[in-house]
Amino acid sequence: MKIVHQKWPSLDGKGLMLGRQAYTDDFAEKDSLILKVLRSPHPFARIRAIDVKAAKALPGVECVLTHEDFPRIPFTRAGQGYPEPSPHDKFVLDSVVRYIGDEVAVVAAIDEATAKHALDLIKVDYELLEPVLDFETAKDHLSVLHPEPEIHEMFPIGFDPKKNVAASYHMEIGDVEATLKACDVVIEKTFYTQAQSHSMMEPHSCNARFDVYDRLVIYSSTQTPVHVRRILSQALQIPISRIRVIKPRVGGGFGGKQAIHGEMLLAAVAMRTKKPCKLVYTRKEVFESSYSRHPMRMAMRLGAMKDGTLKAIDCQVLSDTGAYGEHALTVFMVTGSKVLPLYNKVESVRFGGDVVYTNHTPSGAFRGYGAIQGNFALESAVDILCEALQMDPVAFRMKNMMREGETSPIFAIMGEGTEGTAMMMNSCKLPYCVERGMELIDWKNKYPRVPLGAEKVRGVGMAIAMQGSGIPLIDMASATLKLNDGGFYNLTVGATDIGQKSDTILGQIAAEELQTTPDKIVVTSSDTDLTPFDTGAYASSTTYVSGNAVLKAAKAMKRALFREASAALDLPEDQLRFDGVCFRGPGKEITLEALSNRLYYNADQKQISVTESYVGHQSPPPFMAGFAEVEVDRKTGETRVLKYATVTDCGTTINPVTARGQIEGAVIQGIGMALYEDVLVSPTGKLLTGDFLSYRIPTRLDVGELLTEFAESYEETGPFGAKSVAEIGIDTPPAAIANAIANAVGVRITDLPASPEKIWKALKER
Amino acid sequence: MKITMILNGNPKTFDVACGEMLLDTLRNHGLLSVRRGCESTSCGICTVLLDGKPVPSCSVLSVRADGRTVTTVEGIREEAEKLSRHFGEEGADQCGFCNPSLALAVYALKQTNPKATPQEIETWLVGNLCRCSGYQSQHAAIQAYLKEKS
Repeated sequence: MKIVHQKWPSLDGKGLMLGRQAYTDDFAEKDSLILKVLRSPHPFARIRAIDVKAAKALPGVECVLTHEDFPRIPFTRAGQGYPEPSPHDKFVLDSVVRYIGDEVAVVAAIDEATAKHALDLIKVDYELLEPVLDFETAKDHLSVLHPEPEIHEMFPIGFDPKKNVAASYHMEIGDVEATLKACDVVIEKTFYTQAQSHSMMEPHSCNARFDVYDRLVIYSSTQTPVHVRRILSQALQIPISRIRVIKPRVGGGFGGKQAIHGEMLLAAVAMRTKKPCKLVYTRKEVFESSYSRHPMRMAMRLGAMKDGTLKAIDCQVLSDTGAYGEHALTVFMVTGSKVLPLYNKVESVRFGGDVVYTNHTPSGAFRGYGAIQGNFALESAVDILCEALQMDPVAFRMKNMMREGETSPIFAIMGEGTEGTAMMMNSCKLPYCVERGMELIDWKNKYPRVPLGAEKVRGVGMAIAMQGSGIPLIDMASATLKLNDGGFYNLTVGATDIGQKSDTILGQIAAEELQTTPDKIVVTSSDTDLTPFDTGAYASSTTYVSGNAVLKAAKAMKRALFREASAALDLPEDQLRFDGVCFRGPGKEITLEALSNRLYYNADQKQISVTESYVGHQSPPPFMAGFAEVEVDRKTGETRVLKYATVTDCGTTINPVTARGQIEGAVIQGIGMALYEDVLVSPTGKLLTGDFLSYRIPTRLDVGELLTEFAESYEETGPFGAKSVAEIGIDTPPAAIANAIANAVGVRITDLPASPEKIWKALKER
Repeated sequence: MKITMILNGNPKTFDVACGEMLLDTLRNHGLLSVRRGCESTSCGICTVLLDGKPVPSCSVLSVRADGRTVTTVEGIREEAEKLSRHFGEEGADQCGFCNPSLALAVYALKQTNPKATPQEIETWLVGNLCRCSGYQSQHAAIQAYLKEKS
């Protein structure tokens, strides 16, 4: 492979460094109306009355909208395929507000100061309701978040709003209770994970205008342009053909931009004013009023025989979806479906629980998508079990973990909101990943700990992980390749580049198949008018699903080129050779450039263009082994990650440096979640971490050494052997770091983050 | 009120409102490379150079720039291009939202301490957050850039 599996600079890197017009707000019309949202100061309240007269009368105010201006059409902002596995439990604006930061009204004014002033003039009479602020007592709470009659599920997801349950699910393979009874050793532990903020650098942003055809054109920093178009059309009753959604460059998403955020209010204002308008979230709004990771409680029971054979896993989960049920069921199911198959040789496995509503900022999609939570619980529990068995945790995993050519019955049972899809592991280099990771971290010499004087101790810990590559039979991608005069190509894809560099790697895939170089492939993505369908950038789908669509399109283009070269040279196709530049046959040749010019200017004139689609029939998991070396200060409880080694099997890395970027960026986010990132809420439901001073994400000084390697692996169903690489990197740090802390100082952290306070307290209590 | 600054080498006069921040003045006048990440001086995305020193333009009153030099990435195009080549080489560029501000901060470091140690580089850039890269590839690219002869 000349282009694929090779380092290749990103297509847009230079332009982005030079600060060219690139992101959503760069495309806002110069005299856009500025939108500001009035947000609820109460965690749960009914709006008795809302008076907007004074706001409307303020000079410069062009539009004020409240719940009274909208028909009651429930929808979900989740940004998923249709019908969504998330309940339709949200109204554009509602007479009930369900968290501090929930939307009450929107104002559009000629400038920001006027818009802010208008917000102050809106008088709201709230009837305060008893909020539900503890997710462990949310189910069957006297306060019901969603009593409204119009809301519904799209298909059975265990939706029971009268009990504050957004979704629930249960499955069992074998008989877990009976298997546990027969085990030599059974361990039981409950784990908690916290809400984490995506903290992408570009705040949520969107802007709108009407074009010369009187169509609504929206630029949005979204991961899902086609879903934005569909959901706007459904909720605002705008014909879908009247909406165009353009995703320019996006300043990071990580799942946080899968859902609809400002687009709904923006489109509503645009429809009424017919004027250009824009809405850019403040950083506080990003923290308080977009969404964060589902906090979870996971009760684990593991049973094994004395020889270290794992026999049973029981995983009972409670998940907090906050005020709305976006991704409630699917994140919850991934907590099982992309974690439990790691140990595929168990006799029995059970998974289930509820996803409950609370008066918290909603939870939603976030890189890892349940798997990071489940991985923390399972991989911590495995180390606890190994301690009880007095067995080396690496040896235990090597004995019990998934191997190439094997499968797990869970794949067929659990999908994302629906039944799953059976699949064999065509590629699984976990044994190599574990062994190489041990070398990188120097496990033999460092496990379990190396004391450094009286106060500091170093420890190592590890975890293994898996993810998926798109949602099989649901995620659909397509790609169009067009040959131009001059012999270069346009590749248009619906795939959504949000900074993961998918335009670049999809261009590489096309270039490899067409035996050309990426500079001959002009990539355009994510414009609902111009690019073919793609569900968007989520579920680790782009490399595998969109990549396969691009590869199919490139193969089809090649067939078309052979056909045309054969006609031009008057030679049968099987006598032709093509090297990407020139077709050669016995005694005759024609360059691609000459062929293309002939087709457009001289003879057999026609446009050469192909479109191909791909739907995954499986979701081959990437695998990873992650190893942490930490240094714990016994006096303060402070933990530093000195080294984090990962070895990943993501099949072929289409672009080794961008793949490394995906892993390292994800690992750092995982380290942040493991050690200090924490969305904190006061006892009255107020967000305490609404800026980067109170919500700390890792800085340059917090990062130890990252040792990032990939296993040689080839996934036969993937484009040039590739699987996904976007999410897998975030999964291992919480468990590997918690295991390293336990190995260093004997303290078992079961609720994240592993803050100095918790470690210090646990050390004192011992 | 009217203020005049040397913007990327040319004198420019702006009519600014009371309390207007430099970020808004620049962005409203078409300098789209200057971007907002937060409003609290804590992410570094809006960095510009004021008399050659990196400052967060979201928190600098425009009137403070009166009579001073302001540099955005448009003013250091050749240097930013060099840095972008190293970013491409290391795969250090992802979403790119922080890149123009980072280029300015790195350029300022090159002016003041071209032989900065890895530790000094990290400390100098600690206020420039990035959520995508994990920093290590950026660090390698920045080191390579600083080693490159001007």
